[in-house]
Amino acid sequence: MTHIFLREFNSFLDSLIGYLVVGVFLISMGLLLWVFPETSVLDYGYADMDTLFSFGPYVYIFLVPAITMRSLAEEKKLGTLELLMTKPVTEADIVVGKFLASFSLLILALVPTIIYYFTLYQLGNPVGNIDTPGVIGSFIGMIFLGGVFCSVGIFASAITPNQIVSFIIAAFFCFAFYVGFDSSAGLFSDGESALLVKQLGMLYHYESMSKGLIDSRDLVYFVGLGGTMLLCTKTVLSSRSW
Amino acid sequence: MSIQVRNLTKQYGQQTAVDNISLSVHQGEIVGFLGPNGAGKSTTMRIITGFLPPTSGTVHVDGHSISDNPMLVKQITGYLPEHNPLYLDMYVHEYLGFMAGICGLKSALKKAHIEQMVDLCGITLEQNKKIGMLSKGFRQRVGLAQALLHNPKVLVLDEPTSGLDPNQLIEIRNLIRTVSKDKTVLFSTHILQEVEALCHRVIVINQGKIVADDRLDNLMKGAGNFLIVEFTVDVNIPELEGIEGVERVLKLANFRYQVKGSHDRDIRPLLVNFAVEKGLSLIGLHQEENSLESVFSQLTSVQEKKAANP
Repeated sequence: MTHIFLREFNSFLDSLIGYLVVGVFLISMGLLLWVFPETSVLDYGYADMDTLFSFGPYVYIFLVPAITMRSLAEEKKLGTLELLMTKPVTEADIVVGKFLASFSLLILALVPTIIYYFTLYQLGNPVGNIDTPGVIGSFIGMIFLGGVFCSVGIFASAITPNQIVSFIIAAFFCFAFYVGFDSSAGLFSDGESALLVKQLGMLYHYESMSKGLIDSRDLVYFVGLGGTMLLCTKTVLSSRSW
Repeated sequence: MSIQVRNLTKQYGQQTAVDNISLSVHQGEIVGFLGPNGAGKSTTMRIITGFLPPTSGTVHVDGHSISDNPMLVKQITGYLPEHNPLYLDMYVHEYLGFMAGICGLKSALKKAHIEQMVDLCGITLEQNKKIGMLSKGFRQRVGLAQALLHNPKVLVLDEPTSGLDPNQLIEIRNLIRTVSKDKTVLFSTHILQEVEALCHRVIVINQGKIVADDRLDNLMKGAGNFLIVEFTVDVNIPELEGIEGVERVLKLANFRYQVKGSHDRDIRPLLVNFAVEKGLSLIGLHQEENSLESVFSQLTSVQEKKAANP
């Protein structure tokens, strides 16, 4: 698993992909947070990072499938997956190695945004007037969200040898999991089933985390969803029926 | 016995790719696996290496079952898949390092093994290049180096020489011969000379069934003997076929005929007598060397006819 992770992560750094992902994420976040007047913190007047945490997931929806679409689809197309599977590694090793590589790249893109926190900390009036637990919760939420997106992306990459198909499937499912349930909750008139549907989506759990409250139910939700996707990926690989 | 396949069947939906075949490759043997495209060679090899699960039947490699003990089998098997898949954006050395790591070689051993393989496969000068930059012959060497890296007891090579130019062909062939001294090798090919040059034994597969499994010289003997006769005028083919011991006559060109005689007797005197009786001038008569090509086409075409009218 370590070898597969390292190879995959190195291939991100050896090619443009890694730098593009980090660059695009930081540029778009920087523009939204500091430059564009409609969303800029400077014009908004409150020292909070909501812009980052509400737009970040949407940038993820485009970036994550772009990172993961290659991982298994290309190996299948090149035939190197056959090579890997006739070596003494398990399917789980391959899936987890690939997942961790994409996930690490995503975290790498997120890390520099910590600077935004310190900037806002200084800009607050009085200095330090910022909801620190909320920011920490949101960062953790972003990390979990990215993890689930990655596992969805890896799964999409496993079911087709075509990278474009893989990208579209991954982007669609990330979007559906993120806001799809939340939006369709409006279709239910009674509050109880609406809440239930809402709780199936990621937005509900993500928002609850961004309040700074790390609830075990939210953690179980994210880990469970991500784990299920990875398990499905492993099953697809084991069945050799792509 | 190093590779033992028993009653192996593989079905893709309705289609049977491999139909109840059994074969074995003994320790230290080099066996050529022949057959037309789509005969089931690659499928069989993929099952032996644990990439595909069989529909039914068993495969044992060095006594270990591939379905019960896949990790162990994969550790002692080196495999070069068809079309030699490689990560084109990796450097040769980096790639071999990765493969060695995956095979579970410890880092001290790893370095020595890689050096040895790079040397053996003749890619010393290329080891710091990107795989995508290499020519086909060198890529094939990298593929072989990868298959040999963990010093496997059993080598399975799926068309290791396809698409190479004649010089590369000879180089790769020599390489296979060098590395296979103490290994059990099963390799598939389309090039029949290769089988003559390398193999102890040949297994011919056609439409998922084994049609021959024998030593090369036995196979050649069994195919019958062919004569090429040439006259100055056209001859009535049924008349030729009427000669005692002649099994089949084929017109090759004007006045030239290929005569298949039974393999246990010499029919040349009879042909000369025939020419004299009919007053024909016989201007050419020679025994055709029984080539592997003719054996191959015979074995695989007979089967097709049978399949067409069951």
